[in-house]
Amino acid sequence: MSGDHAADELARVVRDHAGRLAGSLVSLLGDFSAAEDLVQDAVETALRRWPEEGIPDRPDAWLFTVAKRRGLDVLRRQENYRGKLAQLQWPVRPASDDRLRLVFTCCHPALPREAQVALTLRVVCGLTTAQIAAAFLVPEKTVAQRITRAKRKIAAAGIPYRIPRDDELPERLGEVLTVIYLLFNEGYLSSTADRAHARDLVDDAEWLTALLAGLLPGEPEVTGLLALIRLHRARLAARFDADGRLVLLQDQDRSLWDQQAVAEATALLTRTARRHRSPGPYQLQAAIAACHCEAPTWADTDWPQILVLYDLLLRLQPSAVTRLHRTVAVRYVEDARTALAELHGLEPALRNYPLFHAIRGELLRADGRSAEAQEADRHALELTTNPAQLDLLHSRLTVR
Amino acid sequence: MKYVLMFVETEEFAKEFEAMGPAERELAYQRVYQWFDEHASTITNRGAKLQPAETATTVRLDGDAPLTTDGPYIEGKEVISGFVEIDVADLDEALRIVKAWPGCPVVEIRPVES
Repeated sequence: MSGDHAADELARVVRDHAGRLAGSLVSLLGDFSAAEDLVQDAVETALRRWPEEGIPDRPDAWLFTVAKRRGLDVLRRQENYRGKLAQLQWPVRPASDDRLRLVFTCCHPALPREAQVALTLRVVCGLTTAQIAAAFLVPEKTVAQRITRAKRKIAAAGIPYRIPRDDELPERLGEVLTVIYLLFNEGYLSSTADRAHARDLVDDAEWLTALLAGLLPGEPEVTGLLALIRLHRARLAARFDADGRLVLLQDQDRSLWDQQAVAEATALLTRTARRHRSPGPYQLQAAIAACHCEAPTWADTDWPQILVLYDLLLRLQPSAVTRLHRTVAVRYVEDARTALAELHGLEPALRNYPLFHAIRGELLRADGRSAEAQEADRHALELTTNPAQLDLLHSRLTVR
Repeated sequence: MKYVLMFVETEEFAKEFEAMGPAERELAYQRVYQWFDEHASTITNRGAKLQPAETATTVRLDGDAPLTTDGPYIEGKEVISGFVEIDVADLDEALRIVKAWPGCPVVEIRPVES
């Protein structure tokens, strides 16, 4: 337990400072790739030495010194960088926070999505390539290649290091929020009760969103995503049973939910809604999550309100996955048969999506068609890779 | 930074253009000329509009002897129909210019090796 605690503390300190240092060094050197290499090197050194030597009093100054020393060493042949680095004193431009520029460069739409995710984690959150690979269950070499290729493109294609112009901001911010949302989803779905070995991507996603909210105050969708993540995290303690098995929302022990966190996230959402007329997709999803979090029991869930929110969401984001989630609300507002009828049209788009078959199984069971329900569960099982979800589907097939 | 913008036509676009009346076609050309005027200061090479892909000839030099064939090097529904070179600060500026392009439906942006 104390080992875990120390590891969490280490990760938190690195995350608080690595991105800041990367931001300053990119500004200074004018070379994204070189600056990133230096910071990554300092981070890896810290992860090796801090567990034994203890976290230094000024971790930022420590990282800076290591990065600078390394820079003077590796950039020996590049007079231009070397000169700049040699003159550099601690603290580096203490008043500015370049991390916003850093985020926009990492999430540039000219980079492939997977590279955006990996770069953001590495450059802004200070994760090592090995940590990213472990979190996404892909070989380290794959992550390293994605990052190398992305950095090469940033330099060769002239991807700028700056905050987009006002008229470009909505689109570019949307890109950043998509990356964070992916990160959050990956962390949320793959998380298990056993966190000892896995990096908590949900924590990184919340931290990034809070960082954005601080640097771009008044962007309602940033606040919406922050509320959404916090509402989901508030239920964390109830999501797994003592054996680490996933517990469905309807079966969760609601006394384990963090009501303080729910109240704060809901207040944040309400304040934002008051200032901005029409809510965006993240605010709507957060509002749906809030409906669940505020219901004292599963039976008290305000399904008509949830259905209204899904309809609003569908107007902005007419995706098959959103329609799929809406059918659950339809079941409770209307009945399982109506929900099944709506589900029918989604099959071509969602045939390979495990949750489609899992929800279909639930609806069929509610409609008394247990043989078909079993068949749907089996389908879901075949498509699922996540261990906690596998467990849940297994128990459904064996117990009932 | 210098970028070459490669304009790509689709079969659908070519058909639509074919079906246009003279006045409509004139208007389409006017919009393209206007784009060239508006970005004259960044366009370093006005490039060229190319003849249709069926007029292309491809020569392959990687075999025992040069092989000459009819048509573009890749047979496809999307073909390069022209190009220009621009000189701008960075990719975001190139993207801004490309997003205002009123002609064919696909544009590839390639940085020029310096």
